[in-house]
Amino acid sequence: MLDYTFHWRPALRALPEMLSGALVTLEIAVLSMILGTIAGVLLALARQSGNRLLSGFATGWIELARNTPALLQVYMAYFGLGSIGIFLDSYLSVLLGIAFNNAGYLAETFRGAMRAIPHTQVRAARSLGMGSAKAFRLIVLPQMFRIAFYPMTNQMVWAILMTSIGVIVGLDTDLTGVTQELNVRTFRTFEYFAIAAVLYYLIAKLVTVSARLMAWRLFRY
Amino acid sequence: MIEIENVRKSFGSLEILKGVSLNVEKGEVVSVIGGSGSGKSTLLMCINGLEPIQGGRIVVDGVDVHDRRTDINKLRQKIGIVFQQWNAFPHLTVLENVTLAPRKVLGIGRREAEEVAVRHLAHVGLGDKLGVFPSKLSGGQQQRMAIARALAMSPDYMLFDEVTSALDPQLVGEVLATLRMLSEEGMTMIIVTHEIRFARDVSDRVAFFREGVIHEIGPPEQVIGNPQRPETVEFLNSVL
Repeated sequence: MLDYTFHWRPALRALPEMLSGALVTLEIAVLSMILGTIAGVLLALARQSGNRLLSGFATGWIELARNTPALLQVYMAYFGLGSIGIFLDSYLSVLLGIAFNNAGYLAETFRGAMRAIPHTQVRAARSLGMGSAKAFRLIVLPQMFRIAFYPMTNQMVWAILMTSIGVIVGLDTDLTGVTQELNVRTFRTFEYFAIAAVLYYLIAKLVTVSARLMAWRLFRY
Repeated sequence: MIEIENVRKSFGSLEILKGVSLNVEKGEVVSVIGGSGSGKSTLLMCINGLEPIQGGRIVVDGVDVHDRRTDINKLRQKIGIVFQQWNAFPHLTVLENVTLAPRKVLGIGRREAEEVAVRHLAHVGLGDKLGVFPSKLSGGQQQRMAIARALAMSPDYMLFDEVTSALDPQLVGEVLATLRMLSEEGMTMIIVTHEIRFARDVSDRVAFFREGVIHEIGPPEQVIGNPQRPETVEFLNSVL
């Protein structure tokens, strides 16, 4: 049945190229998490703000991000924004599309984490003369990040895997993009994608393990 | 001086304080006793503006607590409060719990804040727990840490809201000893408490709260030793 012969040697020769693709993948994921975390905190606050405009905006964002495919979100960043005259290159579209998705999921994670912190914590902080912004920054935020830490790790792994969507808007520098290019050039589909899968797996593991180390260092209480 | 004039406070349609008046002089220790739900704790929350009021006014050193123009964060710096549920900040060590507000609110440098904190922590008997997280402390130790945390802001007034109610009986003594020490040092204090004997020992005046008003107030020898109102007698009989 097999008239396909495996050629691992030439495929492995492309490893440096694929590794630099993996680096781009990791870079997009990290940046999208940073943007997503900042936006997520703001969305969580906006949603609870009591201001109808703000909470409506936040709810809309969160609903869209969580209930439509990530692929469509990246598509919208590339072609959708393009049709109203905002042209983003593929790298930025992927980054912003995934950041949009991250923000939606993280906002809900953060909202839940904030609710888990007793209101009396804020009361105690206010009684010491802290304003509400200071009490949030010094007392709520650090405790919130601890509660949200493991869900954030999951989101980070998810973000890494989502970057592979980039290939549909022409991203050719990330791991999937590089692999696809090699595939088209050589048709060694199985070999290249198998190597890519191993690399994705290793990046994801690397993230989980370093998150565990970080938690151990950060959360001593 | 804390001047409380005819204060009214409601939660929704439920009126908790129905016209409370009380003046507390500098250096005075006033204990507030009374049944659950009589409004004792609520009054403390109103004094430092953690709760709004619906009538009357509270003036601390000439500043109206609930006036919109009052810088409440500034005013709170001179009114320390310790809660029934001590509210330690779990993500900070004992030392950091105590230095946080002096550094971030008063803007004192780290080293100076730590010196002050160490002094207060030693004062309440926690000098050997500086680097420990609150989760490793007993309830009584956490409560004493909360007292040190409030004292580190060098307040002029201290409010204590049933600070021993959530503690195991064997831990009550250490916290009361700390309060006693403060009263001997001349701290102005309002102590909401169920510890009647303690109130009798440390207070200059005792106020008996009933149904949202001060039902009887006077020196402890009177209110606890020889109460004038039948309701006070009844309350004391039920708790002693």
